[in-house]
Amino acid sequence: MTLTEKILARAAGKAHVQAGDNVWVDADILMTHDVCGPGTIGVFKREFGQNAKVWNKDRVVIIPDHYIFTCDPKSNRNVDILREFVREQGITYFYDVIDDPAGSWRFDPAAGPVKRQHGSHYAGVCHVALPQKGHTRPGEVLFGTDSHTCMAGAFNEFATGIGNTDAGFVLGTGKLLLKVPATMHFRLEGKLQPGVMAKDIILHLIGEIGFDGATYRALQFSGSGIPHLSMDDRMTIANMAIEAGAKNGIFPFDGRTAEYVDSRTRLNGTKTTYDPVEPDPDQNFVFEHVIELDKLEPTVACHPDPARRRLAKELGHVKLDRAYIGSCTGGKTSDFVEFARILRGKRVAIDTFGVPATPEIVHELKSTRWGGKPVWEILVDAGVHLTENPGCAACLGGPLDTFGRVNSPLKCISTTNRNFPGRMGHKESQVFLASPATVAASAVAGRIVDPREYS
Amino acid sequence: MQAVIQGPVYVVGDNIDTDQIIPAEYLNLVPTIPEEYEKLGAYALCGLPQDLYPVRYVQEGKLDSVYPIVIAGKNFGCGSSREHAPIALGSAGCKVVVAESFARIFFRNSVATGELYPCESENRICDKVKTGEVAVVDLDACTLTVSNSGKVFRLKPLGDVRPVVDAGGLFNYARLAGMISGEARPKANQPGNRTA
Ligand code: SF4
Repeated sequence: MTLTEKILARAAGKAHVQAGDNVWVDADILMTHDVCGPGTIGVFKREFGQNAKVWNKDRVVIIPDHYIFTCDPKSNRNVDILREFVREQGITYFYDVIDDPAGSWRFDPAAGPVKRQHGSHYAGVCHVALPQKGHTRPGEVLFGTDSHTCMAGAFNEFATGIGNTDAGFVLGTGKLLLKVPATMHFRLEGKLQPGVMAKDIILHLIGEIGFDGATYRALQFSGSGIPHLSMDDRMTIANMAIEAGAKNGIFPFDGRTAEYVDSRTRLNGTKTTYDPVEPDPDQNFVFEHVIELDKLEPTVACHPDPARRRLAKELGHVKLDRAYIGSCTGGKTSDFVEFARILRGKRVAIDTFGVPATPEIVHELKSTRWGGKPVWEILVDAGVHLTENPGCAACLGGPLDTFGRVNSPLKCISTTNRNFPGRMGHKESQVFLASPATVAASAVAGRIVDPREYS
Repeated sequence: MQAVIQGPVYVVGDNIDTDQIIPAEYLNLVPTIPEEYEKLGAYALCGLPQDLYPVRYVQEGKLDSVYPIVIAGKNFGCGSSREHAPIALGSAGCKVVVAESFARIFFRNSVATGELYPCESENRICDKVKTGEVAVVDLDACTLTVSNSGKVFRLKPLGDVRPVVDAGGLFNYARLAGMISGEARPKANQPGNRTA
């Protein structure tokens, strides 16, 4: 069996499953957030009754992160709906925006979008918060009401996005009926050249198979390149499995996985035991492909779809209006560090917005110093508009007052994961997806450039 | 449940993602709150670029669309897992989307909510029909017939998902099949079960 089949067989209590089987699987964790949580709760109550209890209060993880730092009253209300539900159900893991469990959340526009407005429990973008707070474990099944839930496949688990109705069902029963996806196998061989990043691997891969090239399928990674990829790198890659239509993406388990997961579960007092899945000698793949990492070059996905692949060096004619670094796939500490490495001592030529994914990342950027200067300050000195309020922000546009939102028909280069029309705000705006290095260098040049010319 | 859906069609191209079906700024609306369910319908497909789609799916100021049938190319509904997408279409009065192919989560959400039938066509239709033409989708015969020209397109059978949508979604289906207890609920997008 493939890694995905092994996990699903285990979660279904079966010795063997294969692609195409429909099986009932037990969920280890169900994650939801402020955009889909209220609807999921609505489905749960409508279907199981007003007094129904969730199947397991320690396995439901609720992370407000999408529409938080906005004056939009409905968005603020949605965070309050989550808090109310958590209180009523006694849910253990809720990363509230505010510290007062009896309070209500109101964003203060007078204080502005940049200065920290959240409390001490707030965790930021769900897919980065989940591992940081010790909720991702090898061999487990994670469902989330968000398509980029597949990011947790970096930790050798089966993780996939589901809708509110399915999530309402899981909330009540802890189970979901799944079709076992066929697995596509990608061998990542060798090592990336300087200036080439994990984002370039996944943009290359999506360009190779197309935006629907993995529909209904699992992506499984292996190869000599894996040990060189940090957990951040693996997360960047697994995150965008969905941009090729995949149900999930999954990495093998190794010492790096163990180190990350063990330290995070211990630190946060979450469940520390887990059972990773190892590849079997006989695995059935529907597709096999080798990516030679040392041959990859800085890659860009052009507006308006993530598979419209070009090399950064071929796009020098594309003049830009804006640059953006942030999101689950592109707003991690390592992303900002690479961004800062290129910007150090330079100035951006276009409006550049930075939104760290989580408060922990804000802290790391402020406490990591280069030559006595915090990385945060290096970025600010280079002209980057940085916010201390982590979250999804302009990655998906959001309410009109969202920090960094593209409110006019601009051309924006971004470390995020989607560039369909209107994704970052204005319907006629254009988004180009690239690695933090490419985005940083392009911010300096005011047009798309290969970052290797700028480091 | 009706096996025949008749009415004017609304035609879109490839890769219509969930941001075009329901732009992210409207995700503050909670689909299980009845007034907000209605509002979602008013915004269905309003993220389509105006230059390519000068005719709106739902007219400005209206809650419902005049097009019960949407015809699309490849990968309809790609992108986010937001259930707001099939719900917005269903709330606007869409009964069936006929596409060359669907993105996985959109397909699943359409079935789970029972909002609409996600039908795959055997061949590409979206280049051969125009918005406003009247067509008939026959789910039993697996055909889409364009009324004026009489042209017939073959659809792939819906298979196991048909009874789930017929029942009004996952929960109703599970109840009718005795998998979970309780009474089946009327479908949200049936006439007479609307709040506005
Ligand atoms: S950062 Fe962007 S892609 Fe990630 S969860 Fe938030 S909206 Fe989705």
